[in-house]
Amino acid sequence: MRTTKMLRSAALTAVLVLVVAACGDDDTGTVATVDCAPGQVDGNLNFYNWSEYMDPDLITAFEAQYGVDVVESFYESNEAMLSQIQAGVAYDLVVPSDYMIKIMIDEGLVYQLDKEALTNYGNLAEEFRTQPYDPSGDFSVAYQYGTTGLGVNLELVGDAFVPSWALVFDPELTQNFAGGVSLLNDPRETMGAALEYLGYSINDTTIEHLEEAAQVIRDARAGIATFDSDQYDENLANGEVAVAHGYSGNMIVAIGETENPDNFTYVLPEEGATLWIDNMTIPTISTAPCTAHTFIDFILDAENGAQLTNWNYYGSPNAASVPFLDQEVVDFYAATEAADTEVITDTGDYEINFTDKFAEAKS
Amino acid sequence: MSVSTGLRPKGPIERLLAANSWLVFIFFYAPILVLVVFSFNANNNVGIWTEPSLHWYREVFANETVMGALKNSVIVAGISTFFATILGTMAALSLERFRFRGQRVYDGLLYLPIIIPEVTMAVMLLLFFAQGFQWLDAAVGWSPSFGLGTISLSHIAFNISFVAVVVRARLGQMDPRLEEAAADLYAGRWQAFRMVTLPLILPGVAGGALLALTLSLDDVVITNFVAGPGATTLPVYVFGLVRRGVTPLINAVSTVMLVASMVLVAVSFGLQRGSRSRVSGSNDR
Repeated sequence: MRTTKMLRSAALTAVLVLVVAACGDDDTGTVATVDCAPGQVDGNLNFYNWSEYMDPDLITAFEAQYGVDVVESFYESNEAMLSQIQAGVAYDLVVPSDYMIKIMIDEGLVYQLDKEALTNYGNLAEEFRTQPYDPSGDFSVAYQYGTTGLGVNLELVGDAFVPSWALVFDPELTQNFAGGVSLLNDPRETMGAALEYLGYSINDTTIEHLEEAAQVIRDARAGIATFDSDQYDENLANGEVAVAHGYSGNMIVAIGETENPDNFTYVLPEEGATLWIDNMTIPTISTAPCTAHTFIDFILDAENGAQLTNWNYYGSPNAASVPFLDQEVVDFYAATEAADTEVITDTGDYEINFTDKFAEAKS
Repeated sequence: MSVSTGLRPKGPIERLLAANSWLVFIFFYAPILVLVVFSFNANNNVGIWTEPSLHWYREVFANETVMGALKNSVIVAGISTFFATILGTMAALSLERFRFRGQRVYDGLLYLPIIIPEVTMAVMLLLFFAQGFQWLDAAVGWSPSFGLGTISLSHIAFNISFVAVVVRARLGQMDPRLEEAAADLYAGRWQAFRMVTLPLILPGVAGGALLALTLSLDDVVITNFVAGPGATTLPVYVFGLVRRGVTPLINAVSTVMLVASMVLVAVSFGLQRGSRSRVSGSNDR
């Protein structure tokens, strides 16, 4: 999801070319449906997923239970996945991030799900059933989620702190932290954090608000040690920075690996934070849509959902799976449920403003 | 070869140059050394050393997905290197030894894959395959699918240019009179090529093949676009892993690939040495 920006935009350009090229013969507007029975299989499953995101034992269990083969392939960006689907490569199940779901629905690339085949759909937590990118919840089922927040070194910051974006943006505060703080080198995330610090939405595109946000980052520079998206978790664990802005999945792993995990905590600022959700969806190019439905239902099962989360350590949208989860995962994501979170949406032509203002603020 | 041996740097400029070459050497190899050392780290974090361990190597070899991806990479690299080396060498020979119509255009076009951005080439190939398969399906009711085949074809497509560049450089250094001499001694075209030209350009061909192999082994962008179900290669998989943060698993995988390519280089040096001793004296320098 968060690979290099350049590769992402290059791939997006490529996708646009494909969209234009495909425009002649597709029938955008009509919704593709499919009729499946619970547990029905209609062929082997070509599963296209992110690396290290699915427990191989779950795949083996599914194969044994339903007598089909699952071939798992991997992608490293939503855009690369989209281009493959556009080109007509027959994958049966994909796991795109939030904004990409919207693009795929708008392009008519995914099936409307047959909810009758999803017997375990009730296990899905209420708040994950509908999201702005899929308002009806008819096209996608949440797979795993994560947040963007702050990892805090309690030895360097102290126990008595308010979980707020001030921990990275208030220079009076941050200048006292040994090592300073690190911010993500990502226009949407870091500008979004500044927008929330100011009380705006992370998806606010008003140019004046973006300028204010850039000013927040500029004013905070004295306490900012680095803008970094790759090593922040290790820098936090090593004690090189006192507070790190970053993704929950990396934080939980890095903190868990330190000699004394109790010295660290991961918080979501009270002003609000970013939420991202990856979702299972079935491309219309699929040759085994019913097997894909059965697989989604299999993951929605309480124990299978818990096994998935205990394996990849991301947040689970499966409410019924909570009793089967490892305690540390439950504790880690407990903060998320209380906090005010928002999903980053694609702002289209306004994306460039985020990038420009962020670049100005950093230089 | 022509490098003077046993000479120690004397003047200040020479010393400076020597120091610089050592710096370049360190610049190249220090990161690799760090990578290798940390692949033997027991800790889950790349940057925190705890104790030496083979944990991550066990993890690599026990991880079926990684091994599957490695297998795909080796298959693609093997196939694409084999064909690109043959086609690239032929292209270099035709450009260097013959005159024909449209040669300049051909010459220019041959280097296109080196010049154009990788992602452009990736989209071109993807569209080409998608359209081609559609037409084929309409014409004969059957079409191949995306997978290792399309990846291999794409790698052959960009590797031909790189092989051709390397082989041409070698051909350019070769004295064409050697081939004429062979012809004077009643060698046929094929015999002259087989007995004279090929042994002389073999280091170039081997170099081109190694370059092709390396490029194929670490290509992400093009592979990502033209892949199909079950055809994930190792670099694509590793790139996706970074989403979870870098673990020493990546170090261990990289070290395995590094050792494999060093073995290949050693083998190719060995081959070249063997062939050089057979044609010793014919070296034009």
